[in-house]
Amino acid sequence: MNTDYILKLLEKLCLADGTSGDEGTAAKIAAEELEKYMSVTRDKLGNVIGRQEGEGTHFLLDAHIDRIGLVVTAITDEGFVKVGACGGVDTRTLDAAEVVIYGRKPIYGVVSAIPPHLTKSGENKASDVSDIAIDIGMDKETAEKYITPSDRVITVSKFNKLLGSKVSCAALDDRAGVVSLLLACDMLKEKGIKPNLSVVFSVCEETSGSGAKTSSFAVNADEAIAVDVSFAKQPGVSEEESGMLSKGPMIGFSSTLDFEMSKKLVSVAENKNIPYQKEIMGGRTGTNADSIAVSGYGVKMGLISIPQRNMHTQAEIIDINDVINTAKLISEYVSYRMEEC
Amino acid sequence: MNRVFEFAKELSLLDGISSREENVRNYIIEKIKNEDTVSYIVDNLGNLIVEKKGDKTPKNKIMIDAHMDEVGLIVCYITSDGLLKVHSVGSIIEKVLLGRTVKVNGLTGVIDIKPVHLTDKDKSKDIPKIDDLYVDIGAESREEAEKYVSLGDSIEFDSDWCEFGENGEYIKAKALDDRLGCAVMLDMILSEQEYDLTFTFTVQEEVGCRGAITATNRVKPDYAIALECTTASDISGISGEKKVCSLSGGAVVSFMDGGTVYLKDLYRKAMSIAEENGIKAQTKTMIAGGNNASQIHKSSCGVKCLAVSVPCRYLHSPSCVVKKSDVEDAKNLVQRLIVEFAND
Repeated sequence: MNTDYILKLLEKLCLADGTSGDEGTAAKIAAEELEKYMSVTRDKLGNVIGRQEGEGTHFLLDAHIDRIGLVVTAITDEGFVKVGACGGVDTRTLDAAEVVIYGRKPIYGVVSAIPPHLTKSGENKASDVSDIAIDIGMDKETAEKYITPSDRVITVSKFNKLLGSKVSCAALDDRAGVVSLLLACDMLKEKGIKPNLSVVFSVCEETSGSGAKTSSFAVNADEAIAVDVSFAKQPGVSEEESGMLSKGPMIGFSSTLDFEMSKKLVSVAENKNIPYQKEIMGGRTGTNADSIAVSGYGVKMGLISIPQRNMHTQAEIIDINDVINTAKLISEYVSYRMEEC
Repeated sequence: MNRVFEFAKELSLLDGISSREENVRNYIIEKIKNEDTVSYIVDNLGNLIVEKKGDKTPKNKIMIDAHMDEVGLIVCYITSDGLLKVHSVGSIIEKVLLGRTVKVNGLTGVIDIKPVHLTDKDKSKDIPKIDDLYVDIGAESREEAEKYVSLGDSIEFDSDWCEFGENGEYIKAKALDDRLGCAVMLDMILSEQEYDLTFTFTVQEEVGCRGAITATNRVKPDYAIALECTTASDISGISGEKKVCSLSGGAVVSFMDGGTVYLKDLYRKAMSIAEENGIKAQTKTMIAGGNNASQIHKSSCGVKCLAVSVPCRYLHSPSCVVKKSDVEDAKNLVQRLIVEFAND
């Protein structure tokens, strides 16, 4: 995969819908891509599970395919669409935001914003999700032809290229992780290495975590690496509590992860000259790693995070080089472990 | 009317914050410069003043005004990390900025927001002040950012023109305030007119209606109409007078707003002309907002001035929403008022 291909794939995935519990479109794109490397199935919950038979240690690589969004709860008498949160939506970014409602056909809308003359002076708060209404330019009767409660809603964003190798789009969390795993598969194939490997694009990370929990039980691997995004330094986020954009994958160290694996990931990165950063967490990581580690009889768990700004907004930013280096680190780690065993 | 919306689309996609209206001005000049019935000047502030010859000379001199500028941001500082700090040009509430995509000198940027996960729970709904916002173009350092951006450069919303609703009867775009007005005037200039008219495409409305002062001083009209967009709050959860005005309600004629107390007789006449001619019209049910009428009516020796507006939801955001039929009503009302003013 060259960088152009990687960017196009990432763009396609980021622009696809696929909120938690309704991952169909994005899952299909990811599954088709994964089929180039191994046999792929969808399980009962919708997880995409790729399987490559091989000798020795069974590795599981996980990234979640779902994205945050909204879910339709009602249509008002005036024809506005009311919603609930589907994952940790940041309502501060929703006033006057453009959205698409995935009803019987995609319906375009704008999130209503209360104008300044109706805002009490000094009051500058974001709405609760329950106060949000989407303006679709239809009356109730027309709206009901197309839209029904349970339809998912996503914000419209473009796939924007920023300076250097940085890109910005909604859903980079965790479609960037999905791309890094596909790229890692590609790198292993290029090296002619066929590990005993399962690759999972899991559903519902942003809501219940059900996807990773059940797929890792089914896969029953010996070792697993989860790839997600994590906080990069930006205004309001200090260096102490974050990684740096463009400075390489963040290797997780936490009491819920396997210490030896974290250290091996670091030594592989150093030996292979892959830029990396350490991300130290006290306990739970807030990613699929937490549940995969305790699935079945237990799995040795590693976590790699792609540094990201503006998480859970339309303005998520990552550096494509961090995605590529994440893939390198994973493929080198798997190669190294196969030699070691 | 299709031509009006074609113009409005192209005009809304042009960038031009207050005092940087040249893209808009040049677009309009390009469209009118070869018309036999048209002459124009650009004044020292950048106002484009167009004289359109009609079939007759009216008894009273009539001026129609729309402003070319839009709200936006201006770069006021570049941090050592390569982020841009900004001031707003015109009034923008921060809520519509967070997480948005913007354009800076042809580059794309986004407005950063601290992830909600890292924000204290009791502060997680707080909207940062504009002084605490950063535009992120992906630069690693001040030096890298400075290769592309200088202090004082303008920043505009990145927002496509989008027609929506069941039959595309609604429009979402940036800068509809007041490129819609410009588009209607452009269409009028390119159409045959019964009476001689003066059209002013003015600058700097969003920073105090400044262009309108000098344009009116030069034109010295008897009658003027500010052709505008005004805030409609007919959204879910807002009822009664707080809606101010509504989409589908037709042209908005104000009797009073934040900038002008309109001549009562003139206001009433406009409303009855609308009614007599079957043109949908409504008024504003709160004294809010303001427009170029605030300067026009007290410029030169005083001008009889009305504001005729298109109701617009989410004004001054990247996603202004209007309904096409209201634009048509506003245009029809202006044409009718011209006949009235010409013979008064």
